[in-house]
Amino acid sequence: MKFDTPAGINPIDQEKVVGKPHPRIEGPLKTTGRAVYSYENQEAAPNAAYGYVVGSGIAKGRISSMDVREAKAAPGVLGIVTADNAGPIKKQGFYVAKPLAGPEIEHYHQAIALVVAETFEEARHAASLIRVDYARAQGAFDLAAARGGAKPHQRQPDIRIGDFEKAFASAPVKVDATYTTPDHSHMMLEPHATIARWEGDHLTIWSAQQIVGWARRDLGNKLSIPQDKIRVVATYIGGGFGGKGSVCSDAILAALGARAVGRAVKVALPRPLMPNNTTHRPATIQRVRLAAGRDGKLVAVGHETLSGNLPGGGPEIAAAQTQLLYAGANRLNLTRLATLDLPEGNAMRAPGEASGLMALEVAMDELAEKLGMDPVELRVINDTQVVPGDPGRGSPTDPQSASGNQGKPEQGPRPFSIRQFVPCLRTGAERFGWKERSLRPGSRREGRWLIGMGMASAIRGAPIIPAGGRVTLDGKGIVTVESNMTDMGTGSYTIIGQTVAEMMGLSLDRVVVKLADSNFPEAFGGGGQGGAASATAGAYAACVKLREAVAMKLGFNSADAEFVDGEVRAGNRRAPLGQAAKDGAITAEDRMEYGDLSKQFEQQTFGAHFCEVAVNAYTGEIRIRRMLAVCAAGRILNPITARSQVIGGMVGGAGAALMEELAVDKRFGFFVNHDLAGYEVPVHADIPHQEVIFLEETDPTMSPVKAKGVGELGISGVAPAIANSVYNATGVRVREYPITLDKHLAKLPEIV
Amino acid sequence: MKLEIETPRHLVDVQDLKLDRIEPTTDGGLRIGALVTNTALAADTRVRRDYGVLTRAIVAGASGQLRNKATTAGNLLQRTRCPYFYDPNMPCNKRKPGSGCAAIGGYSRQLAVIGSSDQCIATYPGDMAVAMRVLDAMVETVKADGTSRAIPIADFHRLPGEKPHLDNNLEAGELITAVTLPRPLGGTHHYEKVRDRASYAFALVSVAAVIQKDGSGRAAFGGVAHKPWRVEAADAVMTQGAAAVTARAFANARPTENNAFKIPLATRALAATIAEGKSA
Repeated sequence: MKFDTPAGINPIDQEKVVGKPHPRIEGPLKTTGRAVYSYENQEAAPNAAYGYVVGSGIAKGRISSMDVREAKAAPGVLGIVTADNAGPIKKQGFYVAKPLAGPEIEHYHQAIALVVAETFEEARHAASLIRVDYARAQGAFDLAAARGGAKPHQRQPDIRIGDFEKAFASAPVKVDATYTTPDHSHMMLEPHATIARWEGDHLTIWSAQQIVGWARRDLGNKLSIPQDKIRVVATYIGGGFGGKGSVCSDAILAALGARAVGRAVKVALPRPLMPNNTTHRPATIQRVRLAAGRDGKLVAVGHETLSGNLPGGGPEIAAAQTQLLYAGANRLNLTRLATLDLPEGNAMRAPGEASGLMALEVAMDELAEKLGMDPVELRVINDTQVVPGDPGRGSPTDPQSASGNQGKPEQGPRPFSIRQFVPCLRTGAERFGWKERSLRPGSRREGRWLIGMGMASAIRGAPIIPAGGRVTLDGKGIVTVESNMTDMGTGSYTIIGQTVAEMMGLSLDRVVVKLADSNFPEAFGGGGQGGAASATAGAYAACVKLREAVAMKLGFNSADAEFVDGEVRAGNRRAPLGQAAKDGAITAEDRMEYGDLSKQFEQQTFGAHFCEVAVNAYTGEIRIRRMLAVCAAGRILNPITARSQVIGGMVGGAGAALMEELAVDKRFGFFVNHDLAGYEVPVHADIPHQEVIFLEETDPTMSPVKAKGVGELGISGVAPAIANSVYNATGVRVREYPITLDKHLAKLPEIV
Repeated sequence: MKLEIETPRHLVDVQDLKLDRIEPTTDGGLRIGALVTNTALAADTRVRRDYGVLTRAIVAGASGQLRNKATTAGNLLQRTRCPYFYDPNMPCNKRKPGSGCAAIGGYSRQLAVIGSSDQCIATYPGDMAVAMRVLDAMVETVKADGTSRAIPIADFHRLPGEKPHLDNNLEAGELITAVTLPRPLGGTHHYEKVRDRASYAFALVSVAAVIQKDGSGRAAFGGVAHKPWRVEAADAVMTQGAAAVTARAFANARPTENNAFKIPLATRALAATIAEGKSA
């Protein structure tokens, strides 16, 4: 099915099942421990051996010698995979760092061996017996120091509109500030984990993968295995946040280990290996320059961002969203990439926006203060319903999407498909009690606590990617839907089930949802907040075909047929849905393909975040009191799972604002705090109260389902809202994230 | 053990030694069995009434689940949280004597500001022992030869000096049997634990304090040294305020660039407890 004109009224608009707050259909399996995650799949591989990954002890250099004799002779050991015996591993795919190093080492904890043994403990112990001598090389580990060699990157070309420098220099009110964000680790609950099993030359992996199609592609390409001989299954995933975007060392090495020992092998990365072995959200140094007239209207908008990566890796495109959020005639937008020898930087929840808004939205707060203007009003008056400046660009905000920046020049400024940004701001201010905010920072105190309120805008791209689905009706009237879309706790099972139920006139319990198997139709996966919109549109397309097949089978004119309450109706006739399959199941498969609506319209999601914090006037400790998100993100397919996505994003934003930081040791070149004791993420006590409001919205330019993603909108803008509330509480502006107490302690009120 | 930093040949299960009782001592104190759980100790009505600082310190640490499993003796023997200690690729004199210290000159935000050596800047990470230090607890032990002794808590944990691989002064084969608390001190009891997140984190700085009505009192600090840190000469100037106390308690501090903030933070945290004591 080709979608190339905005959607009209269709069965989804009934919203009998879609849009309703259905608890997630696989929830009881998860809460009772019966949902089988990749590593636990005993049934798939009852005799699996255990693989233990050995990480490099240096960040850059070479392995000068590796002695595995003692390890090989250790009890229970079945085999050891190293670069010497693994065969060629090609360097292509979503991740650029090699999944198995040797002799060259690209980064700390890069895998150098997999020890396979009968038990986990035997594999782990044998791993400690491998003797490695390294020749260390000098590496670049300091982003600020690497700035001199930084270069532009094709993913995000420079933008210069009007005369930024002149407009900035001559404006009456301006902000010029530099902000830093540190490296972040995904730290999802389930580690990277895989069981690999070969049958002849066919390989199956049960693996924690957000995008099974990419996993299969990259596994095949890296190991030179034809894709049709690979099956990837990722039935349940315990979080990903972008860190499971494609195959990592666990999957590659499990496959190699299983081949080497002639038996299924399971590999999970130990927590302390994850931050340095896999990818992370790269640190940024961002300079934001904003200039406005006394009326608050922006006349110059400048955002420059610097990040680093391994050779071949991409930049964190933290300035991209700034081209879309506010009006302003003169613009400068530069993205620079330096070469570093730290572990690979790659996608983490809302890549680009999450970091970029941490700078831009604090700069807006600073500008509002200089103007003497309410921060909400400043944002309202700088709203725009068209993309400011160059009209011909494609969406710049979507590194995980296949669409990228392919926009061709067009005439006139490109409109947003729908932009309820101002309603988000207004609704949030009203519902949060924004008018109670103290106008003078540092002036509201309750006992030992300094109280502050802050807000920030949210924007995040709404990619939609071609996706398929297969639906099968049986004689009992049950419809089974299959798609290789994944569910990492996001709610995919439920919303795809709701989509099919709505289309086929069924209640949700009459739909069976099967996901995350590369044998099912390709449907992208979870990433870039593109999964929900894409996969439900694919299911829609398949259901349209099934409806036609059912109508034909029952002798209905398919244009007239209505699918309601388990029946097909037209005129005076009605028949149970299952009757169409009484002679055998009916299967329909289709794929939603897209025209150029995403080029005609800028498709984004919008929001506003509000926060109240208390800062301990003695110790400087920052504690969130309450948070509110207002989101405008297309049709909300399920308010329960959508809310869950947004509040999860808000927790991530709280971590980014207040505690999350991979500490770089610039001598040894690694992330030091590489476990969950050292890398702090928020705990329940940090998140006392969250509220989410979804504005009514459908976006007919997206798909017939008219939905967008929301999971990454939920984190975008949260951290700066918290930062601004801390400033409102203390009067001390901290521009280096995370905002920890040591950064403002000396400027807090004197103690008596 | 999961990281194979410790690879003991044998593990001895002591859980059935019946050391799980809290009993009054003849001189009006309390004797806490080595196997009393943190949960039971914190909840004991006598502890809550007479040694509030101990309850407050315990519940400020770990999580409910961990406190259900943690014991009095086990908690005293917590090892450092220095991240370099836990990474076997890194030099660490505590893990591998003579290998060097990667933390010095590295990421040391959590680490010691006082009492450290050129060999080691690790901290003792616990909360319970900081309260025991302010209460002048005694650690009772039995040795392999059957003799027993009582070690003042002040002498139980060590400073790293030249032997950072030794966390405490227990001898090989020596087992903790109990911790005794002297008679109650009166006053108001405070435990101020400062950390980046609200729970489930080790202290950047903690203060265990007992403050009397006349403003006198005593204070021990956690998160700053290789042992709970208390300087009795500093307690003597409690009535002059927090800054006077920490000026003495941290007189010979040698913080790193990463953790120099802990010293003013200790002052401010103590000031918070003094203010809390006044308003109580």
